[in-house]
Amino acid sequence: MNKDQIPSLSQMFRFQWEEAQNSYVILYPEGMVKLSGSAGEIMKQLDGEATVASIIQNLSDLFDGADVGDDVIAFLSEAESNGWIEFKQ
Amino acid sequence: MDGLSLNNSNSLDKNTLNPPLWLLAELTYSCPLQCPYCSNPVDIANYKNELSTEEWLEVLRDARKMGATQLGFSGGEPLVRKDLEVLIAESRKLGYYTNLITSGVGMDAKRIAAFKEAGLDHIQVSFQASDAELNNFLSGTDSFKHKLEMARQVKKQGYPMVLNFVLHRQNTDQIEDIIKLAIALEADYLELATTQYYGWANHNKEQLMPTREQIDKAEKVAHVYQEKMKNKMRIYYIVPDYFEDRPKPCMNGWGNVFLTITPDGTALPCHSARLIPNLELPNVKDHSIDWIWKDSPDFNKFRGFEWMKEPCRSCDEKEKDFGGCRCQALMLTGDAANTDPVCAKSPLHTKLVDDIKNIELNAQNNAKKGIEEKPLVFRNMRSSKSLINN
Repeated sequence: MNKDQIPSLSQMFRFQWEEAQNSYVILYPEGMVKLSGSAGEIMKQLDGEATVASIIQNLSDLFDGADVGDDVIAFLSEAESNGWIEFKQ
Repeated sequence: MDGLSLNNSNSLDKNTLNPPLWLLAELTYSCPLQCPYCSNPVDIANYKNELSTEEWLEVLRDARKMGATQLGFSGGEPLVRKDLEVLIAESRKLGYYTNLITSGVGMDAKRIAAFKEAGLDHIQVSFQASDAELNNFLSGTDSFKHKLEMARQVKKQGYPMVLNFVLHRQNTDQIEDIIKLAIALEADYLELATTQYYGWANHNKEQLMPTREQIDKAEKVAHVYQEKMKNKMRIYYIVPDYFEDRPKPCMNGWGNVFLTITPDGTALPCHSARLIPNLELPNVKDHSIDWIWKDSPDFNKFRGFEWMKEPCRSCDEKEKDFGGCRCQALMLTGDAANTDPVCAKSPLHTKLVDDIKNIELNAQNNAKKGIEEKPLVFRNMRSSKSLINN
């Protein structure tokens, strides 16, 4: 993964807020993964246009300039290996 | 229904009770197929009154309000219901992840597109075998070719696809061809489901129970392909629990995750539970889903750990497997509150092992002597009526 790539949700998965779980979840055939708070915030940034770099920037702005780069990259590569997301470019 | 990774807390406190995350809507017991391992009850001919569209919509709304997320449309064959498109559309609007669990019979490219339009998320197509001859024999229909076409359409129209094969003595040796077929059809998930001996399958147990040798071979093949297909197709394969020495965590615990609504509106903690005696069998026509899940005697009967007898009660593995399956405990020991005898800690485990061995020996002896096996009883309304009358 490089920072100019654009991650997007794979067609095989759904991402949504679940009130009863009080968290974001990834849904797939007959299954569900509950995301942690930060994982949910990262997934929320995937709009099919934002690059990895801009996602990091957005989240840093959102969390008072915190250094989130490593966490974002670690989560996105895990999400990719789970098949949840794909990279364009 | 494997692969459901959900939290397993099993608290008795009603305020922290898990919601019914998995809603299985058995829309109808009608089915054009006649699979002899069907998990529906053998007395399907007794249930004629199906819930109306309006009644189903109310079930869907109420369960979603409680936090149900995964929704399975099942049966029988759910495609028989003409209002399936309406139910899918409402479910999607409510925020469910919608799964259609089907034989593919009753579907065509146009209907698959209509389901997509309505918001269906996933289609699971079941096959009976890897070739037309055995598939058509087991299903009692000429359905193999149509199933292939439907599986291709499901993928072509962009759905995630699960292929499901129920394995038993008659088709376990085909496992490699089955996996190759799933690869050729570009399945995203392959469920090599073990026959569970409830309903029709229990009636046909002697002809369906695989041999130890078959299972050992099949397991090896499954593991080879699980490795080979990593990241391409997920293969679920579980050794039949009769051949294990610890029971399955049935339904992830009674009244913990699963809620089944049968065609006539009866709410069950699992789709086989109707066979357990002295249940009150609450119906959605008379009670709210909320009351059924939280307060009904049925859903509390085996919830948590208080109901357990020894050896489960003091067992340090009870939170892992919940004592196994209540229906199996009933069928094999006569008491649903006993330890599932699949568990080596059950005093009845050795008897179960002997029974399985005897089924295998009988099959071998019959084959040697050229005695034809008792024929399979196919699942249809005629056999159901005759089983009810006997």
